[in-house]
Amino acid sequence: MKKNTILQNKLADHDIERFIGLQLRVGVLLSSFIVLMGGLLYLYQLGGVPMPSYHTFAGEKTGITSFTSVLHGAVSLDARAIIQLGVVILVATPVFRIALSLVGFLLDGDKMYTLITLVVLAIMLFSVFGGLKI
Amino acid sequence: MSILVFTLLLILGAYLAGLVGSLTGLGGGVVIIPLLTLVFNVDIRYAIGAALLASIANSSGAASAYVKEGITNVRLGMFLEIATTVGAVVGALLAVYTPTNTIAILFGVILLFSAAMTIRKKNQDALTEGSHAAEVLKLNNSYPTKDGEVAYKLKNVGAGFSIMTVAGVFSGLLGIGSGALKVLAMDSTMHIPFKVSTTTSNFMIGVTAAASAVVYLQRGYMDAGIAFPVVLGVLGGAFTGAKLLSRINVKVLKYIFCVAICFVAAEMIYNGYNHKF
Repeated sequence: MKKNTILQNKLADHDIERFIGLQLRVGVLLSSFIVLMGGLLYLYQLGGVPMPSYHTFAGEKTGITSFTSVLHGAVSLDARAIIQLGVVILVATPVFRIALSLVGFLLDGDKMYTLITLVVLAIMLFSVFGGLKI
Repeated sequence: MSILVFTLLLILGAYLAGLVGSLTGLGGGVVIIPLLTLVFNVDIRYAIGAALLASIANSSGAASAYVKEGITNVRLGMFLEIATTVGAVVGALLAVYTPTNTIAILFGVILLFSAAMTIRKKNQDALTEGSHAAEVLKLNNSYPTKDGEVAYKLKNVGAGFSIMTVAGVFSGLLGIGSGALKVLAMDSTMHIPFKVSTTTSNFMIGVTAAASAVVYLQRGYMDAGIAFPVVLGVLGGAFTGAKLLSRINVKVLKYIFCVAICFVAAEMIYNGYNHKF
């Protein structure tokens, strides 16, 4: 009987697992494509310039560190901002994966795992919006 | 060095890092940090940012294949992600107050530990008797092998969960996937067959890394000029690695890599101790 429930879980999980696999692949491909486009533009504009000194850490002063600055920069075709947009999509890919799992567990009627997934999602969103810049 | 030369060299280095990382199962991040700090003389904070991106790219790329095959235990991964994400956020916060030299030394120690974990004896056997907690949390599952579906059960859920929290802290603090610690928790503590534990660990690394990546992104640890060659190089390398994995015997490679990584670890610890970061 126990074996049966495992099997049933497996079947119910299967569709959503396939979808998660697809979503992860699309996320990685999309982000690497955008990074590549931004990177080519970056090399075209600045390829001949001596490399910046990465030995000293500039932190937020030179970085494009907020979502709005990434979007604004990318729209005005700033190469570094386009790369950062790809980076943001890459970081967002696993977060979307959790959201998809949430839908999967909801459809399964699995209350315990819907709750567990909500907790993980909440931690992720807390780290995005929680103002962790102390 | 011009930006073009730096970018091309780094793409090549990141490609090799992704290749070796996927062949040995350690992930690209572990190689990226020493590559950037020791070879390219980059501040360790930029290296951490880049390594996190490498971990996410690697994990998401590989996980998409494993999830499809049905080896990954999605419920187990989700349950343990509570531990790793909390740990990762704490780790990323701790990173601000931790001197970079201390981070370098810690990284060296984790490298040595990872090397030891790569060559350890792996747990192949599926448990038939699990603990009560594993039953309640629906963590017992089955996975496909060449002899058909094999059911397995878990024990020591609490201990595994605790080690995962530590893995998350190191992941957030050092910017690595902490694959070795994750496998220790699942494989050695919860007694999960290693094929399930490695794929589930890989599945979780992306989420764990993303939890601290957002913090680092906002703090300017992720520089576009480094992120661009690292992300593309590591992805290319991991892709090649995945293709090669079924064709070559990685056993010898693992031993060579372990020796190499011990030297790198010694160098990181030595430089950290002498305040060179």
